[in-house]
Amino acid sequence: MEIDPLIFRLSIFILSIFVGYYVVWSVTPSLHTPLMSVTNAISSVIIVGAIIAGLSGDTKSIFNISSIFGFLAITLAAINIFGGFLVTQRMLAMYKKKKKEK
Amino acid sequence: MISANLSAIFYLVSGVLFILALRGLSSPETSRQGNLFGILGMIIAVTVTFLSIGSFSSGFVFVIIFILAGGSIGAFIAYKIPMTAMPELVAGFHSLVGLAAVFVAISAFLNPTAFNLGSPGNIKLGSLIEMSIGAAVGAITFSGSIIAFLKLQGIMSGSPITFKGQHPLNAIILISIIVLIYLLCSSQSSNLFWILLAVSFLIGFLLIIPIGGADMPVVISMLNSYSGWAAAGIGFTLENTALIITGALVGSSGAILSYIMCKGMNRSFFNVILGGFGATDNTTSATSKEQRPVKSGNADDAAFLMKNASSVIIVPGYGMAVAQAQHALREMVDTLKKNDIKVSYAIHPVAGRMPGHMNVLLAEANVPYDEVFELEEINNDFANADVAFVIGANDVTNPVAKTDPQSPIYGMPVLDVEKCKSVLFVKRSLSPGYAGIDNDLFYKENTLMLFADAKKMTEDITKNL
Repeated sequence: MEIDPLIFRLSIFILSIFVGYYVVWSVTPSLHTPLMSVTNAISSVIIVGAIIAGLSGDTKSIFNISSIFGFLAITLAAINIFGGFLVTQRMLAMYKKKKKEK
Repeated sequence: MISANLSAIFYLVSGVLFILALRGLSSPETSRQGNLFGILGMIIAVTVTFLSIGSFSSGFVFVIIFILAGGSIGAFIAYKIPMTAMPELVAGFHSLVGLAAVFVAISAFLNPTAFNLGSPGNIKLGSLIEMSIGAAVGAITFSGSIIAFLKLQGIMSGSPITFKGQHPLNAIILISIIVLIYLLCSSQSSNLFWILLAVSFLIGFLLIIPIGGADMPVVISMLNSYSGWAAAGIGFTLENTALIITGALVGSSGAILSYIMCKGMNRSFFNVILGGFGATDNTTSATSKEQRPVKSGNADDAAFLMKNASSVIIVPGYGMAVAQAQHALREMVDTLKKNDIKVSYAIHPVAGRMPGHMNVLLAEANVPYDEVFELEEINNDFANADVAFVIGANDVTNPVAKTDPQSPIYGMPVLDVEKCKSVLFVKRSLSPGYAGIDNDLFYKENTLMLFADAKKMTEDITKNL
């Protein structure tokens, strides 16, 4: 009997939780705010679903109810992706070590 | 058009890159590279999605337009936002992830054929379960984050809003969500889908209103976690590895942060979630106590004390963020350093309104991160330091947490500020902090209260140094 592909996805999911657990514990507390903004940005990879939804209309009618929700989701996710990564970049650029004696 | 197997492999690659992005945050040196890995992972995921759809129809143009529109809004916000507003920004971004998850779920529910999930009214059972869970969690994330945003922004009062029967009501709604998902999956009724969304929005709102302002670090981390689970739910629906991996990463990341924050306050997660902390009877405790003598001083006295010290520890808190005093503070520290005074910063895990809030503000003011220490690293140093300069922190320095088992904050880890030879406490008035209790530190022999706005006081001290 074949294994349901759902089981494979579930395995990936469970193992990723463990990876996340160990990786996040190793994040230094001073970078917890950038951690939140970057997790924000990467969770917006939900944009892949939004793109599929946005392109779900056929050639004659690009806009139907389903694809409109897709386009809205694309916009929201894009705000998050650009905003999240850029603000993280901006924060991380500020973390500096002590300068050598002037 | 690329094969499904190939695109699955690329999604896996982007998932791995996201793991590396988080891994990079283990130290500030590697973090910038980590962020680049994250961006690369995102580019791969989006490109592969385009390639796997293949047909570059006219809809494609609109996808690009909407990405650019959203992207420029996001970029604009990212460059304009002041660092002190970071908690609001993160809460706002969480709400967008939640709403995007809801929209994708709606779209998939209305047009399952486009997602290979069956036909309308006859969606594969597994997909429908995953979809409705994703949509429900997304909706909770959205409305919860909106409330958190409004509270942080000060549009809504930060004090807890409680009413009779709140907890039973929430419990009933949560149970009804589970029942609705069950009914939805057995009937495929679109009406039930909309009701499920409405109820989920409602519960997100109800869950956050009873939680007070200073508990926001827990709330934000928790919503961070929810946004991850919502993404994972949608990832299962779309059978997309990148989304599943990311959702799991973000979900566990938020959960760990919530745990760290709860531990920093010595409270259980449920105690925070049930809310209402600090809302009760702070008036009675204020009146029952007799007026105790307090020593207060001015900038001149403070400057004198610090000038004659050989080591100073700075304890920043939310008040520093409110007064935007971080730059003034760094200038004061620069002057101190010129006089060969050793200065370090002590950060309590729950100082500020989100995890790591104080660290970001100090970094913004060009404070080198190797001068900033966490509670466990620096707590023993207070006994050897000459001056502790408390700016905008309160409850996290209260010695009552160690001495009085009756106190609501008993057992909470606190900074041993009172062990310093002298304590300078910048505060606008003697009013109690968030927990609604008096800070014993105010009345200690060696404490000098500096009643003023944090920024103004720091500037005045610098002038007097």
